Amino acid sequence: MLKKLRVALAVVFWVGITLLLLDFTGVLHHYLGWMAKIQFLPAVLALNVGVIVGLVLLTLVFGRVYCSIICPLGVFQDAVSHLGTLGKRQPYHHKKEHPWLRYGVWVLFVVCLVAGIQVVVAFLAPYSAYGRMVQELLQPIYLWGNNLLALIAERVGSYAFYEKEVWMRSLPTFIIALVTLGIIIALAFRGGRTYCNDICPVGTTLSFFSRFAMFRPVIDTEKCKHCKACEHHCKASCIAIGKESAQIDYSRCVDCFDCIGACKFDALKYRFAWGKKKETVQADNGRRAFMTGTAVALGAAALKGVEARAQEIAKKTDGGFAHVLPKQAPEREVPITPPGSRSVKDFYRHCTGCQLCVAECPNNVLRPSTDLEHLMQPQMSYEKGFCRPECTRCSELCPAGAIEKITREEKTQYHIGTAQVNPELCLTATGKSACGKCSQACPSGAIKLVAYGENRIPAIAEEVCTGCGACEYLCPVRPISAITVNGKYQHV
Amino acid sequence: MKRRDFIKISGAAALTAACAPKGAQPAGADEGPEQMIYRENPKNGDKVSLIGFGCMRWPMVKDAAGKDVIDQEAVNEMVDYALEHGINYFDTSPAYLQGQSEKAAGIALSRHPRESYYIATKLSNFGDASAEASIKMYKDSFEQLKTDYFDYYLLHSIGRGGKDAFNRRYVDNGLLPFLLEEKKAGRIRNLGFSFHGAKHEFDYFMELFDSGEMIWDFVQIEMNYVDWTHADGIRNVNADYLYAELDKRGLPIVIMEPLLGGRLANVPESIARHMKEREPLKSIASWAFRFCGTYPRVLCTLSGMTNMDPLVDNIKTFTHFKPLTDEELVFLEEMATQMMEYPLVNCTDCKYCMPCPWGIDIPGTFQHYNRAVTEGTYAQSKEQKDYAKLKKAYLVSYDRAVPSVRQADHCIACGECLSHCPQSIAIPGQLRRIARYIENLKQDLL
Repeated sequence: MLKKLRVALAVVFWVGITLLLLDFTGVLHHYLGWMAKIQFLPAVLALNVGVIVGLVLLTLVFGRVYCSIICPLGVFQDAVSHLGTLGKRQPYHHKKEHPWLRYGVWVLFVVCLVAGIQVVVAFLAPYSAYGRMVQELLQPIYLWGNNLLALIAERVGSYAFYEKEVWMRSLPTFIIALVTLGIIIALAFRGGRTYCNDICPVGTTLSFFSRFAMFRPVIDTEKCKHCKACEHHCKASCIAIGKESAQIDYSRCVDCFDCIGACKFDALKYRFAWGKKKETVQADNGRRAFMTGTAVALGAAALKGVEARAQEIAKKTDGGFAHVLPKQAPEREVPITPPGSRSVKDFYRHCTGCQLCVAECPNNVLRPSTDLEHLMQPQMSYEKGFCRPECTRCSELCPAGAIEKITREEKTQYHIGTAQVNPELCLTATGKSACGKCSQACPSGAIKLVAYGENRIPAIAEEVCTGCGACEYLCPVRPISAITVNGKYQHV
Repeated sequence: MKRRDFIKISGAAALTAACAPKGAQPAGADEGPEQMIYRENPKNGDKVSLIGFGCMRWPMVKDAAGKDVIDQEAVNEMVDYALEHGINYFDTSPAYLQGQSEKAAGIALSRHPRESYYIATKLSNFGDASAEASIKMYKDSFEQLKTDYFDYYLLHSIGRGGKDAFNRRYVDNGLLPFLLEEKKAGRIRNLGFSFHGAKHEFDYFMELFDSGEMIWDFVQIEMNYVDWTHADGIRNVNADYLYAELDKRGLPIVIMEPLLGGRLANVPESIARHMKEREPLKSIASWAFRFCGTYPRVLCTLSGMTNMDPLVDNIKTFTHFKPLTDEELVFLEEMATQMMEYPLVNCTDCKYCMPCPWGIDIPGTFQHYNRAVTEGTYAQSKEQKDYAKLKKAYLVSYDRAVPSVRQADHCIACGECLSHCPQSIAIPGQLRRIARYIENLKQDLL
């Protein structure tokens, strides 16, 4: 019963967060956005005290149910390990804790977090890892499916579905997502919750509290026959049944309740047991066929993602029109981060690299950075669109407080960058054309054409320019625009 | 043109219809004759079908290399059907369909006896107007069309730029004497011109005619019930003036853009309703064709038919031909006036402006916009009932019709297109208007 409840809740969260990471329509986050906001690390980075206290209390009362229900990577591992244990009668054995590894990683993580070395943080954190996998590997499939529906919709004259471009936003992040997926699957397939108990810094953090949990699985030593059924079904490998002894390591137990169903002697109970430190067990005989199905789908989807991207790269423009060179991103001294981030530094300090904003951006502006310093964390660029004045979607859904929630009106106060002109490329400055596109397109009216020798040149009012990139995107000069935006350190 | 003249003309039309070959019935009968209507060229007795096949809008498909090529099979089928049903005038140009139209017409037509149809083609020397290039273009047309004579040969789209442009393309390079020689030799049976431009520009070509400097055998003009009295009057002249001037001189008239690139086949809903109330069984397009056919000096009305459907419908219109009554002419004038109130772009999708050097899909953008305006599916105000739905429909359908890098907001107003547009549309200004509309739509500022 408990297990069924746990599985049901886990599926709700898992599907919800996955859909949230896949959605590009800007609709779902109104309903599901809170699921990302109650993730542990984003809440810490957002200094969301309510959520942190809530999660700590949850763990103190019920143990690490967070790991079994709320954490999407945890649930994903459960699905994978379920596949890995199919047909095995004794899939798991007790393993000793690896405190050096576990606490070593935790210390490294905390140091990097404090020092602002976000690459390490984003790589290790479970929610970031999951977000990366979904956005980089699964979203392309999702979009392709959408585009197929859009094609059908177009045939029948419906606007219910519209096409969305599928493109490689960042190769390094894509590769890292693939590697992450490989590691997680390899670990979970054979070892259950190995990642959660040996590596995951969030798991380790919660373990500090779960060992004091009020409710926990408890082995009734009177009834226990030391058959090891529970031990063999413990994904966390935290139950040790000896000839005489029977112990559960509550720091590693994720409260999946598999052990309770595994015990034929009714010796395991999830009950109030404040203060008692070690006693009991875990196992697995439950059927989670539907999770198996979704796991297969996810795996296949991840593989197809590679093909999808390869084909997208090979696509070319049609004949009958002048060829339009695709734009290339210019070098930017300072990266551009979204309106709602107070400064570049602040943004990268808070961002967990979960890719939620990247998956959501309707203008193809956000993408994971390829700079080593901010690897996997988002940055902006304007080859495929610009940061439209009416759009505040990324600010509405950032769970980590890296992008504060802003309104459309507040957005105009964020100056995320400044446009600058390259007089050698500019058509107007070189006298090739009386273009003036940037001046006409600027939503803030920050660009005016002024005399420049015999010609004219766009002059930018730095204090008015918001860095939205309309000028860069619409500049007819290709592949590198003649007017480009450089980021600003301080945005407000 | 005044109402009195309408009556005069329609009277003449009725007379012509009555005198038309192959047993025409008097006008005013419920149905016209069951055969194709022919008009006789008074200069040489050519019996030309009142509807001609314009070869500018044939369907294109992608070949193996992804290049646009004419769907020859579809063209053959249409040409066969057209000939079988009495259409005998085919109008092409070396410039049409990325330069492929003449060849496709040649392939389709050469499968039939040469004397069973009239070929019209043009000297489209818009770019290189040197004697060598122009003569080469002329000679290539014979090869493409697999013929050794042209029935009708046109100086392509003169008018804009007036005398100077005309001199540059046809006089300074010695082309006119050359073409007159060719006419004498019988390789050109009728020499004329197609016209787009202002009143004074047209007057110049009439002066040439009046002074005997240049004998035109026929003239091709843009004429339909909108352009009749609603041309802008600055860069384009009303068709009623052109018609009257040509009629006065007894010059046979070939009509182009009778449908304004299909816009008169798909009129705004309120106008369509009026038409259907009068003629529930007839297509909207049939009104435009009947308008043209009503005027007796018209030798042929060209229709650029893209597939079998308009072809079959148009043949129906011209085999059961009923000239318009003067009451109906007044009605169409009223419809044209109403149509002018819609913020349509006067684009006929002729694609002369393409390719835009900056990659903009100009006709694609205008066609998409016009369709939304005509069908009443464009959002006009946030207060509108279905605003959100209309907004999404407009933006999604625009993205479907035109890729984002080719959309209106990318136009830098370089003005390259301006001189190519036969309709004299202020293309950059119109693109900017549409881009601004879309921007307002996206920002909910309407």
